Amino acid sequence: MDILNMTLIIDLSYFLAAVLFIFGLKRMSSPVTARGGIVWAGVGMGLATIVTFLFPGMTNYLLMVIAIGLGGVIAWVSGKKVAMTDMPQMIALYNGMGGGAAAAIAAVELFSGKDHGLTFGILAVLGGFIGAVSFSGSLVAFAKLQGFKNTTLRFKGQQMLNLALLLSSLVVAVMIITQHSSGNLVSIFFMLSLVLGVTMTVPIGGADMPVVISLYNAFTGLAVAFEGFVQQNPAMIIAGTVVGAAGSLLTQLMAKAMNRSLAHVLFSGFGETVAEGQEVTGSMKPIDATDVGVMMAFANKVLIIPGYGMAVAQAQHKVWELTQLLIERGVDIKFAIHPVAGRMPGHMNVLLAEAGVPYDIIYDENEINSEFESADVALIIGANDVVNPVARTDPSSPIYGMPILNADYAKNVVVVKRGQGAGFSGIENALFFLDQTRMLYGDGQEVAGELIQAVKSL
Amino acid sequence: MEQIMQIDGFIALYIFMLAGFVGHEIIGKVPAILHTPLMSGSNFIHGIVLVGAMVALGRASTPLEQIIGFIGVFLGAGNAVGGYVVTERMLEMFKSSKGEK
Repeated sequence: MDILNMTLIIDLSYFLAAVLFIFGLKRMSSPVTARGGIVWAGVGMGLATIVTFLFPGMTNYLLMVIAIGLGGVIAWVSGKKVAMTDMPQMIALYNGMGGGAAAAIAAVELFSGKDHGLTFGILAVLGGFIGAVSFSGSLVAFAKLQGFKNTTLRFKGQQMLNLALLLSSLVVAVMIITQHSSGNLVSIFFMLSLVLGVTMTVPIGGADMPVVISLYNAFTGLAVAFEGFVQQNPAMIIAGTVVGAAGSLLTQLMAKAMNRSLAHVLFSGFGETVAEGQEVTGSMKPIDATDVGVMMAFANKVLIIPGYGMAVAQAQHKVWELTQLLIERGVDIKFAIHPVAGRMPGHMNVLLAEAGVPYDIIYDENEINSEFESADVALIIGANDVVNPVARTDPSSPIYGMPILNADYAKNVVVVKRGQGAGFSGIENALFFLDQTRMLYGDGQEVAGELIQAVKSL
Repeated sequence: MEQIMQIDGFIALYIFMLAGFVGHEIIGKVPAILHTPLMSGSNFIHGIVLVGAMVALGRASTPLEQIIGFIGVFLGAGNAVGGYVVTERMLEMFKSSKGEK
């Protein structure tokens, strides 16, 4: 076939893919159209992949097909099997793979020793560096969340080590760009970048991991865009840049929702500056499930605040069953979700959606906070720090200033909790000691079952 | 392979700027409930790196380049397929109580 025609088909398909990506992402930004959005983007991806086989001057087709088959099948199976609670680390893993692929493109370009000229040399090296850091960093994030490596490693001079690694990879990068075609230098360069990804991520605590994953997601996007420039591939340039920008903004939104600055996340560990905060006085008052069932069944308005503890106890299905019973009785019931409920912003919504909870009775913090005053019951299941009023009242508390759900404004507060311990941050929760608060001790799933029985027997 | 139009210099900068603006705009109005699926969705979209890895492998000549290219395609395919599967699974679950689809 005519080479020119072939190029035209490829260019047109890439253009179409880029359009589908942007509109797909746009559709993904509303729950009504989101499902269609990912399908659109998927069509774009399929199209772009198929036409790439037509690229003139290529060999190694067999290797290509094997690699696609292998990677595709492994990812397909693992993606289908993964539990919704484990979603954050799965995203980290797939993102790391993308970063690794971008680094591999850079490596092939650099090892080939072609003269790319100054601009493309810089872009190739930069994309390779970012991709490699994202690759090893994401793998560490995956391992941490998966529980392979639970301990967070911090030692003196860690920042200095990272700085030294960064500077030395910079020096090697400059050497590669100026005198291109040295295989050893390229190897050293990628080695340094990979190590930096590890040492950057190892000291970061599990609670901050979502922000880090989001950051690496943006990194990978950028790396893909840079390699897209090197390969003169507009689909890669546009998709990569869009993701780079969107990912950066998403990272900022997440960090803000968690009351953490990005610099804090990257350069210090959680709890390093533990301020004591004021002593909380009073006692926790227990209650049993039957009473709570009555309280909710005869309430006008109930707000449910789920936390990650609910997901760990796999209680979301029972909670939805309970909610349906109460809706039938005419109770106005809503879910109030803190941005960091779950393990990353929006994760709790996914978990509730899995249980069948429709998204239009789920509200986020700034939509629902004004409604607590008119609520008869606030039911808190497996959440702790995100409802701690000291974030509003006690300037000496480490979580002071964090946006919280104002559960303490409700007329009655019921806290479902396994034991009397403090929350993730180790801070006592003043909400548990208020006059209108009752503690309902037990495993989330069992308690929800008891509540269902209590409401049913009325 | 001859490109009809070379993307470099200011053209490249313009594309970079506009695409960045698009990404920023799209995310700016997203409700927090969709942050996780959206991160996953954007993760899928940079799976387009697969295409670049395929070209890199297709042009590889030495065994070293072939090995790296192979790894690149493997990883890229994992990114694209895995990203799609988990995003689709998450978004498929979002339903409205009014039952409209």
